[in-house]
Amino acid sequence: MLLLLLGLPPAFLILSFITILCALYVVTNNNPVYSVLALVLTFFSISAHYVLLNAQFLAVVNLIVYAGAIMVLFLFVLMLLNLNKENEPLIKTGWFVAATVSAGLLLVVLAAALHRSSESIMQNPAENIGLVKNLGKVLFTDYLVPFELSGILFLAAMVGAVLLGKKHSAEENSNSDTEPSEK
Amino acid sequence: MNPDSIFNSLDISHYIYLSSVLFCIGLFGVLTRRNAIVLLMCIELMLNAVNLLFVAFSSYIGDSAGQLFVFFIMVVAAAEAAVGLAIIVMIYRNTKSTDVGLFDKLKG
Repeated sequence: MLLLLLGLPPAFLILSFITILCALYVVTNNNPVYSVLALVLTFFSISAHYVLLNAQFLAVVNLIVYAGAIMVLFLFVLMLLNLNKENEPLIKTGWFVAATVSAGLLLVVLAAALHRSSESIMQNPAENIGLVKNLGKVLFTDYLVPFELSGILFLAAMVGAVLLGKKHSAEENSNSDTEPSEK
Repeated sequence: MNPDSIFNSLDISHYIYLSSVLFCIGLFGVLTRRNAIVLLMCIELMLNAVNLLFVAFSSYIGDSAGQLFVFFIMVVAAAEAAVGLAIIVMIYRNTKSTDVGLFDKLKG
């Protein structure tokens, strides 16, 4: 098995090693802030995989959206709630064993189901499909309706997040003696 | 096409294995962690495993539809993170904790 790995391109091997190691660190570390930082590293290495696969535009978008925006949002909430210390209760050993077994079984099933699938796909790599010119052309012709729908989804999510994050007005009215009233 | 590009020296099955391992690591995290924010992070990890597989298939087959699906997955992930974190902040205000074991208050 290890000898099989040695025949692979070193860039893929090193990147996969970093990706899996950081992902394991995310799920095993007890301090949530270190988990976020390891997840950012995982996203960086996944972006490097995208570059390797000729998906340059997606690599940049992945860095900006995931590592830049979403992870900063997580970090903000962690710092805001003062959770940057190890106070997570440990789960029972039985649950831990059950989780390990089920995750391992899923891995076995996935690998067994998919390990012959590469023979059936038609390999026809093109060099420029990951560039923004081509992606934009497809996005605004074939996928215009899903694009507009995802805009509506974003609007709904934004309104929902603001509404959830805001304190209820009834709650404010009941104990608003100390707080300045809204004009 | 560049003769020493990754597509000639690497089979797509290796990307399938890598994404499967990442997805299972994310699932393991969802099953074992108790902190709700870390659970959301593990879900992001699983989504990224799927994204990687989408990009791998799209590049190997030469069809850009897979890469556009990754865009839409990113949109859904960003919306999910925003709403999920707002809910967690809301729950933290009430219970002073983000432990999912304490979130069973919705039971009748």
